[in-house]
Parts: sequence; C-alpha cells; structure tokens
Amino acid sequence: MPVIETRQLTKYYGKARGVIDVDMQVEEGEIFGFIGPNGAGKSTTIRLLLNLIFPTRGSARIFGKDVVRDGPEIRRHIGYLPSEVFYYERMKVIDLLKYAASFYPGDHSQRLHELADIMGLDLNRRIEDLSYGNRKKVGIVQGLLHRPRLLLLDEPTLGLDPLMQRTFFQLIREENARGATIFFSSHILGEVQRLCNRVAIIKEGRLIEVSDIRTLQQNNYKRIYVAARAIPDGYFDLPGVTNLEPVDGGVRFFFKGDIDAIVARISALDLSDVTIEEPTLEEIFMHYYEQAA
Amino acid sequence: MMSATIYRFELRGRLRSALIWSGAVIAVIFTYLAFYPPLADEAALMNRAMANFPPQFLQAFGMQHMDWGSIMGFYSFVFLFVQVLLAVQAAGYGFGLVSVDETTFTADFLLTRPVARPRILSGKLLAALTALTITNAAAWAGSLAALNLFQAGRGYDAHAVLLLLGSIVIFQLFFLSAGLFLSLVVRVRSVPPYATGLALGLYALGALSGILGDVKLGWISPFAHFEPNRIIETGAYDLPLAMISITVIVLALAGSFWRYQRRDIPAVA
Repeated sequence: MPVIETRQLTKYYGKARGVIDVDMQVEEGEIFGFIGPNGAGKSTTIRLLLNLIFPTRGSARIFGKDVVRDGPEIRRHIGYLPSEVFYYERMKVIDLLKYAASFYPGDHSQRLHELADIMGLDLNRRIEDLSYGNRKKVGIVQGLLHRPRLLLLDEPTLGLDPLMQRTFFQLIREENARGATIFFSSHILGEVQRLCNRVAIIKEGRLIEVSDIRTLQQNNYKRIYVAARAIPDGYFDLPGVTNLEPVDGGVRFFFKGDIDAIVARISALDLSDVTIEEPTLEEIFMHYYEQAA
Repeated sequence: MMSATIYRFELRGRLRSALIWSGAVIAVIFTYLAFYPPLADEAALMNRAMANFPPQFLQAFGMQHMDWGSIMGFYSFVFLFVQVLLAVQAAGYGFGLVSVDETTFTADFLLTRPVARPRILSGKLLAALTALTITNAAAWAGSLAALNLFQAGRGYDAHAVLLLLGSIVIFQLFFLSAGLFLSLVVRVRSVPPYATGLALGLYALGALSGILGDVKLGWISPFAHFEPNRIIETGAYDLPLAMISITVIVLALAGSFWRYQRRDIPAVA
C-alpha cells in the first residue's frame, strides 16, 4: 500500500490554477523529491495532502485513508515543515515546541531536546527575536519531534546555511533509515538529486515526469563552458551537443550523453578554463521537457 | 468535543485582554455612578434642565425617561456605556478568532495538528467565552459594589439590576458569534475596524430606532433587544426581541462551524 496516493487531484482557487490531475504514488520508506519552479503547484499539493485546503476534484489518500475524511488521524503521523515558518511571535521557543508536542500522545521532551541540540537551537529565546534560519530550525524540530511516519517538507532548505543544510540532510537520512517516508519539495534540482530515490517534476500545475533519480540524471543535460587557445571549427560537433555558441575566449553548449567521451574531447584541447555545471531547473524544462512535450 | 489543549492555549492568550477590558468596565461604572450622590441632591434642577433638551437627543443616549433623583436612571445610562464596551470586546474576539491565526500564518501550525476542525473551533470559542465571562463577572461585581456604595441611602431596584446583568451573556454571545461568522464570509485583515464597526453600527441602529420611535430599524440590534431603560421600566425582558438575539447566535454559530469545516486556509503570499 502506498503511503501517498493521489488520483486526479485538482485544485482551482476560483479560476486560478493550483494543480491539475495530479496522479502519483509514494511508497513506504522512499525519499521522494517533488521539484518544480516557484508557482508550479508544489505547496498547493502539500496543502491538499494536509487538508489545509480542499480539492476541487480528485482525491488523495495517505496511509490508505482519505485526507479529507480522516485528516486528524492521518496527521497524527505526519511531520510538516512549511516553506515559510510563522509561529506565535511572543512565545518562547521551548513553549511553542511543548505546545506542538502536546498534540501527540506520549512524552516527546527527550526527542525535543535532542533535536534542538543537533540543530543548535537556543530554546529560551522568543520567536520574534529569531533570524529566518533559526525560525526554520524551530520548524524542523516541531516537524520531527513526534517521530512521524511521513515527513512533508516544503522547500526545507530555504534559509538554512550550508552547514545546517548538511546537518538537516543527515537528520532526514536518519529519519528515513528509521522507516519514515520523506516527501521533499524543492526548486533546486541538485539537493533533490543528492537525497532522493525518485522525483516527480511539476510544471504549471501538472506532473510532467515521475522517474527514478538515476534515469533523470542520465537524461540530464550538463552545461559546459570551455575556454582554450584554439578550438577548431566543428570540434564539438558530437552527438548530444546542443545550443553551441561562441563566447569570449571559448564556447558554451549543453551536453547530454556519455560524460567520459565529452571530457576526453575537452581535455585534448589546450585549456585555459572549463566549467561543467548542472543546468538550472528552468533550463531542463526548456531543453528537455518542451522537446518531450 | 473541544480540544482542551487549544482551549488552554487560547485562554492564556486572551487573559491580559480580558483583564484590561474588565478594568475599563469597572472604571466606567465607578466613575459615572460617583456623580450620583452630589447630583441627586439637585435632582429637581437637573430634571428641569434636561427637559429643555430635544427629546430625540435624550433618546439617542437612552436618557428620555431618566429620573435624576433615582440611581436607576443613572445606572441605565452607565449600563448602555458598558454594553458598548462589551460589544466591542466580544466582536473583537469574534472577528479575530480565526482571522488572526490566518493573518499571522499560525493557522498552518494549528491545522496541521491531529485535531478535527470543529474541535479547534469549539476550543477557541469556549476560550473566548471564558475570557468574556471574566469581564462579565467584572461588570457584575463593579455594578453591585458601585450601586451599594453610591446609593446615598436611597436604595436601588435590585430586580432590574439583576435582569440587566443577566442579559450580558446573551449580548456578548451575539457579538462573538456574529463577528466570527462575518469573519468567515469576508476576509478580515485587521480586527479593530471590523469590531468597532459592528459594535458602534448596531449601537447607532438601536439609538436611531429610539429617536424615530420605530422599532423595526432596531430589530436586528441587541442594543434594542436589551435596552436598559425599557428593562428598568418594565422590570422584564422583551421576550420576542430577546429571541431575535438568541436566534442570531444559533444561526451564526451553526453557519460558522459549517463554513470553517470547508474553509481553504490561505497560504503565505
């Protein structure tokens, strides 16, 4: 039984599009990436799963139960980290976290302190005095303290410095090893690639691709810039090279295919500079998915 | 079933406000009634002076039948003032009950907990009602203390006073539930303008119906349903009018639960 299963899940805000006909299944124990540019419908999907909003049509089930009918029961086992963290401003961090914990049966204070230690969170400060990054840490602790079976993370790394991101990813991997399923939304392909088993790509409210992360990487373009003393005409006329354009001192192009072959080709030049980068998500949409469409 | 966790949290958040409103109510009662003993000695003079005012003016302030020789005349005027304060407070709690969480985006926090929406709403409502009851108790204590202190040996109509004080809970519930329901129909971004608007608007409707001698205008206003002057004069509630208040409360509460159960919680823009 999948942990998350949506069927033609659709949401319109009046006439404005939220998401349209989203069909997906997330299996138990997966780290599932959900990527798309801002405004594509990532948050809408997560808010539908949490029943913060109601579907216009279609349905969603979590742990085999309907999110609208069985919301409270489902949410007992969900940890949610919103992209923008807002809490009761005048409360102390510890009081907010205790309030959060009080909704779940059992004693969670040990886990609460453990998580705060890991994240380096000062429990005695007031929420209103916290920086954006520290608020995010409060969000992470409140999302994890009751040991949820499913984590819904909406752009979780936004506002975390790189060191904290690493700590956070480690934490997510531990939760996953414990058996938790992770649903991870992001507009940054790289972090999804590092962490996830499978990804869904959402664009303008529709799922356009659900694939294994390996498949996606194989299909993936690299953005390559080469500067060399002399690059003969047609030197990069190879299969997989597209959008070749001269730039000052070198050439720039996209490449999809055998990375070993292209690197060998590049290294045969008298190089002064080279970069091989992940394309941005927008570039993937432009150069891959529009072709596929 | 309400959520006890949410009830306690919400009540703690309202205690300060409830105590401040209680202080204001007690201050108003004492300040006004303190004028009674010196003025009572000049009652004949005051009554003659007041007779020179246009009757519409007196009616607008609930003073048309006021006898300056009786503390009850004074008290009816004070009670109207107290009603205005209670209306603003209760309407504020009503308009803010759900909307404040949504404008500060703490609604996401609350509604992602494993609690069904009716239990969230009832927890919040009962917490607000408890806070209003604190202020209600202050009105009782302040009224009885001030009346005994300033009666100047002339006594007061205890039956009428109990009727007036007894009407407060319905009066508060009216503004609490009406405010809540309206906040689920229109989007409230800031509570005070809506709360004072509803309270003073209905006060004006009540006063206007008094001026024009036309009850129809005031039929929707609890200020007309529980007009202090009339309750003191007749020594009874106007039951048909009181039933309007109760009907509005029941409908507004039922409508609020219905709307809230289906509400899309707005996301951070």
